[in-house]
Amino acid sequence: MTLGPIAFTTPWLLGVLIALPLLWLLLRAIPPAPIKRIFPAVVLLLGLRDDDSISDRTPWWLLLLRMLAVAALIIGLAGPVLNPAERRAPSTDPLLIVMDASWASARNWDDRLAMLDSILAEAGRNARPVALSRLTQPEVPQFQSAADWRKRLAGLNPAAWTPTDAMMQGFAGMLPTDNRFETLWMSDGLAHEGRDTLLRSLESHGAVSVVQALTPVVALEPMRFADGTVQITVRRDQTATPQDITVQAHGRDPTGTIRVLAELPLTFPSGADAIEGNLTLQAELRGRLTSATIKGHDSAGAVALTDDSLRRREVALISGRENREGLELLSPLHYLRQALAPNADLLEGQIEEVLPANPDAVVLADIATLSPTEEKALSEWIDKGGLLLRFAGPRLAASEISRRDEHPLMPVRLRVGGRSVGGAMSWGAPKSLAPFDKDSPFFGLPVPVDVRVTAQVMAQPDPTLASRVIATLSDGTPMVTRKRIGLGQVVLFHVTANAEWSSLPLSGLYMSMLERLSVATAITTPSIEEMAGTVWQPLRILDGFGTLVQGDDLPGVSGEELSQAPLGPTLLPGLYASDDRQIARNTLRPGDALTTAVWPTRIPQIGFTTAKETQLGGWLLALALGLITLDILASLVLTGRLTAPRAASAAGCLITLLMLPTDGQTNDVRAVDATAEVTLAHVLTGNKLIDDTARAGLFGLSETLFFRTSVEPSEPMSINLETDELAFFPLLYWPITLDQQRPSEAAYDKLNRYLRGGGMILFDTRDGDIAGFGASSPNGRKLQQLAAPLDIPALEPVPGDHVLTRTFYLLREFPGRHSGRDVWVEAAPPDAEKIEGMPFRNLNDNVTPVIIGGNDWAAAWAMDRRGQPIFPVGRGLGGERQRELAYRFGVNLVMHVLTGNYKSDQVHVPALLERLGQ
Amino acid sequence: MKTTPSALRARAEAKAAHFPPLLARAEQLAGAVLLGEHGRRRAGLGDDFWQYRPMQPGDSRRMVDWRRSARSDAQFVRQKEWQIAQSVQIWVDQAASMRFSSASDTPEKADRARILALSLAILLIRGGERVGLTGDTLPPRRGEVQIDRLATALSSDHPDDYAIPDSRGLLPHARALFVSDFLGHIDGVTAALTKAADRGITGVLFQILDPGEEAFPYQGRTIFHSVGGTLAHETLKAGDLRNRYLDRLAARKDTLTNLARATGWRYHCHHTGDSAQSALLWLYRALDGDAG
Repeated sequence: MTLGPIAFTTPWLLGVLIALPLLWLLLRAIPPAPIKRIFPAVVLLLGLRDDDSISDRTPWWLLLLRMLAVAALIIGLAGPVLNPAERRAPSTDPLLIVMDASWASARNWDDRLAMLDSILAEAGRNARPVALSRLTQPEVPQFQSAADWRKRLAGLNPAAWTPTDAMMQGFAGMLPTDNRFETLWMSDGLAHEGRDTLLRSLESHGAVSVVQALTPVVALEPMRFADGTVQITVRRDQTATPQDITVQAHGRDPTGTIRVLAELPLTFPSGADAIEGNLTLQAELRGRLTSATIKGHDSAGAVALTDDSLRRREVALISGRENREGLELLSPLHYLRQALAPNADLLEGQIEEVLPANPDAVVLADIATLSPTEEKALSEWIDKGGLLLRFAGPRLAASEISRRDEHPLMPVRLRVGGRSVGGAMSWGAPKSLAPFDKDSPFFGLPVPVDVRVTAQVMAQPDPTLASRVIATLSDGTPMVTRKRIGLGQVVLFHVTANAEWSSLPLSGLYMSMLERLSVATAITTPSIEEMAGTVWQPLRILDGFGTLVQGDDLPGVSGEELSQAPLGPTLLPGLYASDDRQIARNTLRPGDALTTAVWPTRIPQIGFTTAKETQLGGWLLALALGLITLDILASLVLTGRLTAPRAASAAGCLITLLMLPTDGQTNDVRAVDATAEVTLAHVLTGNKLIDDTARAGLFGLSETLFFRTSVEPSEPMSINLETDELAFFPLLYWPITLDQQRPSEAAYDKLNRYLRGGGMILFDTRDGDIAGFGASSPNGRKLQQLAAPLDIPALEPVPGDHVLTRTFYLLREFPGRHSGRDVWVEAAPPDAEKIEGMPFRNLNDNVTPVIIGGNDWAAAWAMDRRGQPIFPVGRGLGGERQRELAYRFGVNLVMHVLTGNYKSDQVHVPALLERLGQ
Repeated sequence: MKTTPSALRARAEAKAAHFPPLLARAEQLAGAVLLGEHGRRRAGLGDDFWQYRPMQPGDSRRMVDWRRSARSDAQFVRQKEWQIAQSVQIWVDQAASMRFSSASDTPEKADRARILALSLAILLIRGGERVGLTGDTLPPRRGEVQIDRLATALSSDHPDDYAIPDSRGLLPHARALFVSDFLGHIDGVTAALTKAADRGITGVLFQILDPGEEAFPYQGRTIFHSVGGTLAHETLKAGDLRNRYLDRLAARKDTLTNLARATGWRYHCHHTGDSAQSALLWLYRALDGDAG
């Protein structure tokens, strides 16, 4: 039944609405239920009659309220639906569900599963056999009951590849030939080759309808490196509207965790199916890059993996001579810079600064001497595989380096002075290069005839020289020499890096030589010819959702297949490795366009987005509930049950509940107060007198500290062990009272954490005048009960040489309001002994976690706001002296807590100095 | 009722639990009133020695205590402490109707009645009077032990809904105190008072009412029933009954006043919402004044 845009799922329930007037009469006739009251003076009431013999009726507005509530309940239960979905006439033909199930359908896979679930549920109701097939993994369709398929839905996942023509035709061949069935094709939105043929063969069995999402498919092309930036191309299949996307570059941070290194927001203008963006990253970050993804799109297509092709060599250029301005062409590094800049990242600076970046090569142009630390760092770096490239020059020629003994960072010994040939004052003509030997890394490079060398440094003849020469001049003198050190090597060009000594830097050979030395090698994707015959092992593989999974257990693929074959069950997108090279096979290849699937007009298309039905039942039921609540309140008022005090207490409860969340705020304020300055704190015992005394005592101690020492504590705080954080306080004063409540387990955990974390608790049994320490006094027994669960080490009475006796004042005893003898602290370890006759033992490093005594220190320290003592101590001058000693104990205590064993070490200073002989 | 030792002990402890506080509160209340009053600590007729004083003009020679005077040159007179053998008998309504309190911050009527009675007993016993209960349970006696006995006797509840004053065992020419809400049948009160007046007893009718009983702040359809549940009255509009109820209550008070006046007694109405101390002061003056 429908009323305008509203329909009802169970319309017959509305018939109950007829009963409403009946209910009206019934409710009107029944008076409200009586309250029973105890009332002793009922004697006086006996015999009194009500004036009005008609019963107290329910007022009309209350009746109306109830009517509305009941009406809302009935209509709500009748199941009203706004914009009801059209239900198609059920068919009983078998249903074949064909899914593309490619990476492109991963973006709304949950919606697909939800829709499949409802389709299967409906098919189940109509008892239709269902078969479900994925084109990416074609199988013979199995018609089964819908309930079986529903159980398997959760296991369906999209594949990381798209269905190929072969897969489509293969599936068409698997279709049963004899029976009729209806087909529902869940398209991923992309056009696939061979689809029309399959569609035709499906249509020969019955009606075909298509489900296709309207949202565009977005995918990333592999990243390229060009012009110093990482170039990112994003493609989409629908071009109608502008679209904002964000590309995230992921990489490992120094700890090895994958993080988002950079974000690049891009906007497709309407009409564009591809957009390019440049991601400018520092070389360091670029080296760490592992993949790029499109934020919010979880599919294999929205992930672009990186391989070696993004890596560039880092070369550090170091020259000793600071050039004057304007002489750019004379700079020793100018030609190197020009040659290397296109293919390598250049670092310039001092050796100590550039080595931590771990460059692939370091170029020293005409640098003769290095500091010992630089030499050491360079040697270590070369050992680990670095390439040190040195160029000669006037400074190297003039220096004494590698003259008599071979310098570790020079390949050969050098003769004094070098030589110049073909100059105005010299014999002979400038020399040219000889062709390269077979063993030389430069073998095969054509030698231009116009390269002339006019000056060079000369290598000292040596038994090892022959094996180290890799290039010679036409007269046989070494031109380039090389020595291997560990995993790395040192190469010396016997000419300058600029055109001063030779024309080599001006020739193309210079560039080629650098490339051969793999200083300037740009790593490029291997060509197809290079790939032939190689086998690549999958390292990490993408699944349909774009998640990287380990691929170690998959078989290797041949190089040809990896570079050319389309993706499929045997060739998954991911990262492949062979030897030390890595190649990424991405879902999209450069230039692959995404095109939207266009279906013939005869095929009905269903989108995911249908007019949303809105269930109104819940709202109506909520309304009914609200009305009934109102009715309860009104009834209470009418019958006199809702008295003012009750209403007030209920409202009070409500307000308290609402106020509760502000607790966190006040806690934060407390925390800030407690940590802004040193703050002393005491434990709340529940006995107001004791608590006030403790607070006043700590206030007095704080004042004393403020006046006498550099410790300037703020206002002391009272601590509730159950609720307050302890970590902020260096010292807790804990007076023991008999009626104190035992803290909860959680509070004990907190206390133990506090003690282990370096906190100190001063227990005060406050009975030093009547009892020694121990179980002899009631407070002592209470202390034992309270402290039993605490993590307290072995104790001993304060020894005469304890650091507590001399952190600020020299003290022998620790009186408070009483002057009991025993104050207990953590016992020294058994192996502690006096050091060299000094009165100090090597006491444990930590501050003692507890101090236990009974001298009622807080009462002795207690001070009112004007600085007057609150409690009397002793008698006369002796009493004042005792109070002073109590303050001194407090000062020593706080100093001990704050400085730890520093003071103990201070006492050792003379002994230490003496030991040092000063 | 179970009589296993544990059950007995539990019950005994429950009983004992409210006894010491009752006594303590009563003593506290009595202490507040006693300040400034010195009772009968003066010379007069009695048995106990009070003091020797020098003989003054006007003293007859018979009054001289020769034994004391022989030890010195002057004559002394032996004085004895003034003692009066005044008996006060108390009846406190222990019935169920007294165990009522209309609000959480007012005490039950029974509680207030017991406290007042016991405090008064303490005051009187310290003043040298003999105090007991009516009926045959606890005849008037002196001494601190009697206070404990009174406290014990006053701590027991009576199961009936309403009680009438117990006029048995009233000593002639003694004083009496009846503490109740006097909501039970008025005939019982009349009979008890008449009987007491016949024996020459004067005393005090002390009515204790709850503020709720005085104000009747009830609305709507209500079933009122007594504490014990024996009586019940249903009304559809409790608010309409208010005026008529108050009339009846006033009539009851009038009856009590008239009855008291006719028998030479005094009547006072106390509300549990008011201070117990002023009530105790009034009671003490009423009884003490009569005695004096």
